[in-house]
Amino acid sequence: MLLTLAAVLAAVPLHAKTIDVAAGEGAQQRLQEALILAEPGDVVQIGAGRFMLTDGLSLDANGVTVRGAGMDATILDFTGQQGAGEGLLVTSDDVTLRDFAVENAKGDAIKSKGADRIVYYRVRAEWTGGPKETNGAYGIYPVESTGVLIDGVIAKGASDAGIYVGQSKAITVRYSRAEGNVAGIEIENSRDALVTTNFVTRNTGGILVFDLPSLPVMGGGNVVIERNLIVGNDTPNFAPKGNIVASVRRGTGAMVMANDNVTVRSNVFDDNPTSHVMVISYPLAYTDKTYNPTPRQVTVGSNHFGRGGYDPQVPGKEMLLAAFGGTLPPVMWDGLGDPASTLALEPGANAWTLGLSARATDPASGKPGPAKLPATLPTAATPTALPTVGAPPELDARIVK
Amino acid sequence: MTARALLAAALLAAGSAIAATGSPGPAGVSDVVVTGSAFPATLAEYGFFADAGADRPAAGVVPYRLNTPLWSDGAEKHRFLYLPPGVKAAANGEGLLNLPVGAALIKTFAFGARKIETRVLLHRADGWVALPYKWNEAQTEARLALAGARVPLTMPGGQAISYAVPNKNQCKECHALSGAVTPIGPKARNLSAEWLGAQHAAGRLDALPQVARPLPIWEARAKAAVADVARGYLDVNCAHCHNPASSASNSGLDLRWEQSDPIKLGVNKRPVAAGRGAGNLEFGVVPGDPDHSILLYRMNSLEGGVAMPELGKATVDTDGVAAVRAWIAAMPR
Repeated sequence: MLLTLAAVLAAVPLHAKTIDVAAGEGAQQRLQEALILAEPGDVVQIGAGRFMLTDGLSLDANGVTVRGAGMDATILDFTGQQGAGEGLLVTSDDVTLRDFAVENAKGDAIKSKGADRIVYYRVRAEWTGGPKETNGAYGIYPVESTGVLIDGVIAKGASDAGIYVGQSKAITVRYSRAEGNVAGIEIENSRDALVTTNFVTRNTGGILVFDLPSLPVMGGGNVVIERNLIVGNDTPNFAPKGNIVASVRRGTGAMVMANDNVTVRSNVFDDNPTSHVMVISYPLAYTDKTYNPTPRQVTVGSNHFGRGGYDPQVPGKEMLLAAFGGTLPPVMWDGLGDPASTLALEPGANAWTLGLSARATDPASGKPGPAKLPATLPTAATPTALPTVGAPPELDARIVK
Repeated sequence: MTARALLAAALLAAGSAIAATGSPGPAGVSDVVVTGSAFPATLAEYGFFADAGADRPAAGVVPYRLNTPLWSDGAEKHRFLYLPPGVKAAANGEGLLNLPVGAALIKTFAFGARKIETRVLLHRADGWVALPYKWNEAQTEARLALAGARVPLTMPGGQAISYAVPNKNQCKECHALSGAVTPIGPKARNLSAEWLGAQHAAGRLDALPQVARPLPIWEARAKAAVADVARGYLDVNCAHCHNPASSASNSGLDLRWEQSDPIKLGVNKRPVAAGRGAGNLEFGVVPGDPDHSILLYRMNSLEGGVAMPELGKATVDTDGVAAVRAWIAAMPR
């Protein structure tokens, strides 16, 4: 314990200071200036109130904490934003963002790029007019980063993903709420992610784990989705077309696409009208020879599956519902990939397959029916030997209350 | 001797002391200020110009132009390179001239006679520093605008815009390569052979760079190949972010002059994190179909979250749009 404390103290520079920024006249300049002048170890303390901002803010200094008076007390309001692609942009390492809100950003709400060991704690990213196609794309948006801890955040109304982690490694998303977004939480082209104990509701799709081609970082995998409450994801898709999430079917609980070694277990799924769990290959044409479009080693362990699959957005819906007795089984697979190593399902749970014969074909061309899936996969992680996932444990020290 | 002459003599004698305190004066460029660690409060403290209005460059400060320039709401740019006495830039093939520590790049943005801002890039011992200076109404002083500024302007065509002076971090957003600030403009391929020759002759450039394929001269673009004009424009206006080591790397879009892989240039490439910037379109560039190309859609937009570039744009560059449109339209479907 003493040792740990010493290590923490040693990491704090001697002359760390707090820069206070109050709401009111000139907030844009004063806040941006504070973010520019902050040095490692400093805290930019943003007072309570509503900050009316006209331009995106940015932080490029390592080791800085940006702290408000609470996610409902300190509000960075970008309703009048005129420029920049996001509300707040972070491009430095070891940054902690906590206790403030970003509302109505024109693009993304908070983006951190190439920002290693970042902590988002009790921040809120919201478009206050509810789900709208004109809302910004991402709420909480770390990308190209190693070490990401997202804890206690709220993300609402994003026209792409509320919490989106892209092209990153060593990620934890926990104790957070994603509501009324197209995708609640999305882990894309990323590895070693733990998504746990989140409340994911009223999105089009709850939790997405995707890998996409032609990106600098590919080969997503080693993802654990556990102990989340994934309920009532029934908002019609409001993503602008062209984006991959625009193809997510309303009423999807958790969706795994083209990833390697993903475990979905101990979650509560209820009232997801299309499917509680969906495991599919990348459905579009691509030219990238280094890309693997098929999911591998996906395990759906023990979950609570409540009512779901009763109003699926799938071709031949009426016939399928009739054939399965009114609701579809909780797990949907497209039928692609080696049956012995693609998807395992705990005994007793049911799955169905679209029965596709080839990738990137019309879903209506398949031969749907019950899926017979193995209970375990040859090399899959067992419950006692999950892959090492999640943010580096030392990031926890930054959110000691 | 008049009082003024006495003062001038005193200033000359105390040249280095004046530089250290950062006072402007006829002593020329203050290398101490350029390479020091401070952020000078006014442009005058560097001594880059002999006059308060920054029209007459001091010794060692040489104007230059780019074949294809970055478009910034139609502002006229006055670009200068400062090299300390006896210091040479190094040729680096077609690429960015290697400017040693002590060098500075100075760029003033003006609309007609009215200067709006002057941006400086200073090569200090620990790397390049980018700082913006905003001109006062009287045009007598440019002061540091660390946090940026907005300036209401009326364009020559009568359109009222809110011109954005970037903040220090935003300077870096465009000027960062692998996380470090770097100049963008003075690449040999985008400088005239005459200017390079003159610098070499003056002993300010170690060798004449070999440039096989220079960027087209923008004003003479009607005579250049459509693809070269568009690719030159994209290189200068977009590729400082859209390359694998800069702020838009995660998009996978690479618009550098030297890129030849069609999908990296956006051809039949799907968007990644474009959000509503995709405009309900499926691909960055659809050959033969500019109206279904996200690239053109975003260039044509002024809406936050959609408009590209994200910074320094309050109006659409219709000439640039036309150049890129012609390139896409000419691609075989």
